[in-house]
Amino acid sequence: MVENRPWLTFLTHAVLIVGMLIIAFPIYVTFVASTLTLDEITTSFPLLPGSHLVENYVKALTMGTTEVGATVGTMMLNSLIMALGITFGKIAISLIAAYAIVYFRFRFRLFFFWLIFITLMLPVEVRILPTYKVAADLKLLDSYPGLIFPLIASATATFLFRQFFMTVPDELCEAVRIDGGGPIRFFFDILLPMSRTSIAALFVILFIYGWNQYLWPLLITTDESYYTVLIGIKRMLDVGEGQAEWHIIMASTMLAMIPPVLVVIFMQKQFVRGMTETEK
Amino acid sequence: MEKRVVFNNKVLPYLLVAPQIIITLVFFIWPASQALYQSVLQEDPFGLSSTFVGLANFFDIFTDDVYLRSIQVTTIFSFSVAAIAMSTALLLAVMADRVIRAATTYKTLIIWPYAVAPVAAAVLWYFLFSPTVGIVAFYLKILGYEWNHTLKGGQALFLVIIAAAWREISYNFLFFLAGLQAIPRSFIEAAAIDGASPGKRFWTVVFPLLSPTVFFLIVVNIVYAFFDTFGVIHAITEGGPNEATNILVFKVYHDGFLSLELGSSAAQSVILMIIVISLTVIQFRYIERRVHY
Repeated sequence: MVENRPWLTFLTHAVLIVGMLIIAFPIYVTFVASTLTLDEITTSFPLLPGSHLVENYVKALTMGTTEVGATVGTMMLNSLIMALGITFGKIAISLIAAYAIVYFRFRFRLFFFWLIFITLMLPVEVRILPTYKVAADLKLLDSYPGLIFPLIASATATFLFRQFFMTVPDELCEAVRIDGGGPIRFFFDILLPMSRTSIAALFVILFIYGWNQYLWPLLITTDESYYTVLIGIKRMLDVGEGQAEWHIIMASTMLAMIPPVLVVIFMQKQFVRGMTETEK
Repeated sequence: MEKRVVFNNKVLPYLLVAPQIIITLVFFIWPASQALYQSVLQEDPFGLSSTFVGLANFFDIFTDDVYLRSIQVTTIFSFSVAAIAMSTALLLAVMADRVIRAATTYKTLIIWPYAVAPVAAAVLWYFLFSPTVGIVAFYLKILGYEWNHTLKGGQALFLVIIAAAWREISYNFLFFLAGLQAIPRSFIEAAAIDGASPGKRFWTVVFPLLSPTVFFLIVVNIVYAFFDTFGVIHAITEGGPNEATNILVFKVYHDGFLSLELGSSAAQSVILMIIVISLTVIQFRYIERRVHY
């Protein structure tokens, strides 16, 4: 701080606290609602948590609501499988593709590089119908591979690894060759351990990305046993003229937010690193 | 940039790039080319045959009032989301940059909403403003303001803007804070010695130095509002009431999956691709300039 102005310091903290409260307000109300009975929510909405926390969460996890055939427990598991599948799949295929592009000279190298670059420009949202058709033709509807594979090609991860590999000193590669090691040995003994921090940063970003996918699972899952938790919540809201079971919906929403939020809070350093690095 | 030391192997590099390339071809290039191909075809009502119609689908779209309305809504929506998310984030970042004590606590508490999925954020805000159970709608009614976003288009648009902007504040905050911390303290101190007040220092020294971050974030926020907010619209309004929140991405989904107008949906996809490609190009051109500074 340049100079000492007590009122300005006070104002600074005041703005930050008010800002935080506004940001946290929707979450707080959701939490409160998840501890009440449906009756309390619809009639007199108290602003303090009620006594039905355990009951609501257990009911959500083991039964779900009547409109959706799957429990939140199952759907959370589906979300987890999808998120981890996307995360590890993306990291794995990007790592080896970047390795090939940086450490080998081969025909069509630049062509492949540009092909990967193009994926950056084609998010699922702009090619909804034809991608759905491909998935349907490959019999990927209502399956884990269908949830995962179409989302694992990533130009950003490939670029990040490429960028990192370019900074690895050539001497390390030479040393391995003098020792008689080949490309596979170099990759596993030197490059992979050195990429640890980049992988950790990507892990956080990609896990959130995977967990929060919505449009694609919405398109390809019609069987409740493959619903992800976000699709499930939306289905719980679709009650038409009936009364939405808000206490269960809110408990499910809290549950759906917990894994990615925990990842951000506990891996904050990697998260910040990943955010600033993956944004090119 | 090329590596000096490389491995010689005829087969291995192809095997290494194969998974990435196969996924790209099957799920990106092929569908995109299908969209291009479909966009110049017209299917008969039974889906049995299709005929080449040239640019007729595009012509139809741009003379369709619903589509023009959707462009207008998307523009208002994305600029409002960017403006709200960025101005709030900038204010908070400037404040967080000033504090020394508890700085990391503030930071943690502001960045975590980024982890909340757009559709989950939508459910949170929908619940607050729900005409039947929403607590905010309830207090607005006491104040004499009738809130019902399922009937009033303006209110619906406002609600989806807030829901979409809410989690984006965290993202912008992170980048603004990083940008502010990269500004050398000596600049600010020099201005202070010259007698500039904190407000004046911000507008004449800090903000101009932050402008690259601002431009970068404008592009990123607009891309976000265009393409990642499908869940927000789908969960809160489904494009209604009366098309008031029917953004382009939602319309592609609606026309393709629910109305099954394949040619029109494909043509809309192509237009969206053109938009993403232009935005990406703008982003990269700008990034290149930043590198040369």
